[in-house]
Amino acid sequence: MASVPAGHGNVSLPSPAKPHRSRSPAALLMRQLFRRRLVVLSFLIMLTILAVALLAPWITPFNPMKMDILGRLKPPSAAHWFGTDEYGRDVLSRVMLGARLSLLVGLLVVVVATLMGTLLGLAAGYIRPLDGVLMRLTDALMAFPDILLAIAFMAALGPSLYNVVLALGIVYTPRVARVVRAACLVVREMPFIEAATALGASTPRIVFLHILPNLISPILVQATFIFAYAILTEAALSFLGVGVPPTTPTWGNMIAGAQQYFQQADWLILFPGCAIVLTVLSLQIVGDGLRDALDPRLQKAK
Amino acid sequence: MDTDLTLDIRNLQTHFTADPGVSKAVDGVSFAVRRNETLAVVGESGSGKSVTSLSAMRLIPSPPGIIAGGEILFRGRDGQVRDLARLSERAMRSVRGNEIGMIFQEPMTSLNPVYTVGDQIGEALRYHQGLDRRAARAEALAMLKKVGIPAAERRLDEYPHQMSGGMRQRVMIAMALACRPTLLIADEPTTALDVTIQAQILDLMRRLQEETGTSILFITHNLGVVAEVAHRVVVMYAGRIVEEGDVRSLLKSPKHPYTRGLLACMPHLGQRRGDGGRLHAIPGSVPSPLNRPRGCTFATRCPLAEPACTAAEPVLEPVGPDHSARCRRWRDVQ
Repeated sequence: MASVPAGHGNVSLPSPAKPHRSRSPAALLMRQLFRRRLVVLSFLIMLTILAVALLAPWITPFNPMKMDILGRLKPPSAAHWFGTDEYGRDVLSRVMLGARLSLLVGLLVVVVATLMGTLLGLAAGYIRPLDGVLMRLTDALMAFPDILLAIAFMAALGPSLYNVVLALGIVYTPRVARVVRAACLVVREMPFIEAATALGASTPRIVFLHILPNLISPILVQATFIFAYAILTEAALSFLGVGVPPTTPTWGNMIAGAQQYFQQADWLILFPGCAIVLTVLSLQIVGDGLRDALDPRLQKAK
Repeated sequence: MDTDLTLDIRNLQTHFTADPGVSKAVDGVSFAVRRNETLAVVGESGSGKSVTSLSAMRLIPSPPGIIAGGEILFRGRDGQVRDLARLSERAMRSVRGNEIGMIFQEPMTSLNPVYTVGDQIGEALRYHQGLDRRAARAEALAMLKKVGIPAAERRLDEYPHQMSGGMRQRVMIAMALACRPTLLIADEPTTALDVTIQAQILDLMRRLQEETGTSILFITHNLGVVAEVAHRVVVMYAGRIVEEGDVRSLLKSPKHPYTRGLLACMPHLGQRRGDGGRLHAIPGSVPSPLNRPRGCTFATRCPLAEPACTAAEPVLEPVGPDHSARCRRWRDVQ
């Protein structure tokens, strides 16, 4: 008994006090998700990064744009925890502000890719004649390495924050489309879809009110992964100089700018790099946790 | 169409185009359902009974299916008679769930797992009858009470996975009857349930029919269930009607060897065990709808078959008051 990790017993046993409380799918999901402590930890890290990103303009210890030529390339100290860069700007403040832009790009990419991917996936999964055409198109897009395709789009569109979002959105749309199509093919054959038709529901109603809500779980899982990929690819694009214009402090831009100095000032690469790793890793773990939490629930619900 | 008829199917032809040819799943079926009446359609797997009921709802997957001929005359609430076989898809949508309700075989998977049962019962009311959320919810609650779900107030906000099979089938019935349809089509509604729940569901359907006056088209392969609920019975075999009549005379003195065989297949209490008491079975299986034998389609499996049976198909002839059979030798069926 003593060896049972603390906190396990009170999670897995349903409270007998309210045996009949209705449990929505969302509530069930949260219970499943937070069974694993690593997932809880990653979720907290994600929330912290998100909070920092949101509050960055007000909580940075220094003005991230203020240059100080005398204090340039100073290693981490009590005053500047992450050191200063080649213009004497505070690295911690810039990493905090960078979180804002990296997460913004990630989030917008998720929105673009999920919206387009879901519409394409539903079309392919429900309208059979469209399936072949749409899926060959997504195959063609997926045949290119993500970063190569993104560079090609950026070359065509020109460098700006919104073009990065558009380019990455297009790059990740096929991933969502494939998953949505596959799940849609399964759900459309379920008896409750026939039952909805027998109640007089129209095709748009069937697709958006009866099939789509049943696809939320796979879409959610894909969205967290795409969030992580997008942050990573945005950093890579900025590092290569084809992403967000270099005057804007994103994590990728900071690492790109630090290339010349990294032998004297490795903290310039270390801290934005750590920020990327931490964000991407915690997103991936939450995504994994979501996938694990969603699968058994679907089996039980049958 | 007589004024006391709710549904009058005339010479229905439902075909499926398959690779080797055209499969006539329903081949010239005619029957009528009267107001307040329960008509049971009985037959083995592959006899075309489910396709008949799906045709009436125009739910045949197309392609490959098509209603190739015949009429499906249906009298709506307003007394107007419409031919469902020729109705536009748009007009058909306002019939489905509104004027004709349908219950399916699988209560476990026929409810959408992401909506509460209250939402699902109220859905048809909201878009067929334009009720607002609050009114639909009140009506859904009344329906849940009507189908005998205890603690209906609490159950209203539950999800399907929190309910048992019997409960879910009650919810399905509530959904199907929410708009007060004039016809209820029940496609093997008790097959997936255990016997005690079956009896409860059948009781419930009978009680609701008395209250609402709904006509019921009941599809089943279980003759025990037929005896419980039906007023009249249609026996289908290989896409055609082979016998038709009121439930008493048809079950007491079947005039088609197939019906006779189906009845003999039913185990009953007090049956002798051991060799002498072996359960009866009809040898063989339903002929492929792609390749029907000439003459009587049942001849290949019929104990009474003689050469004349395969020469020409027998007609559905009257064998008693409100009772007809498609067999040349019906006088010999004991």
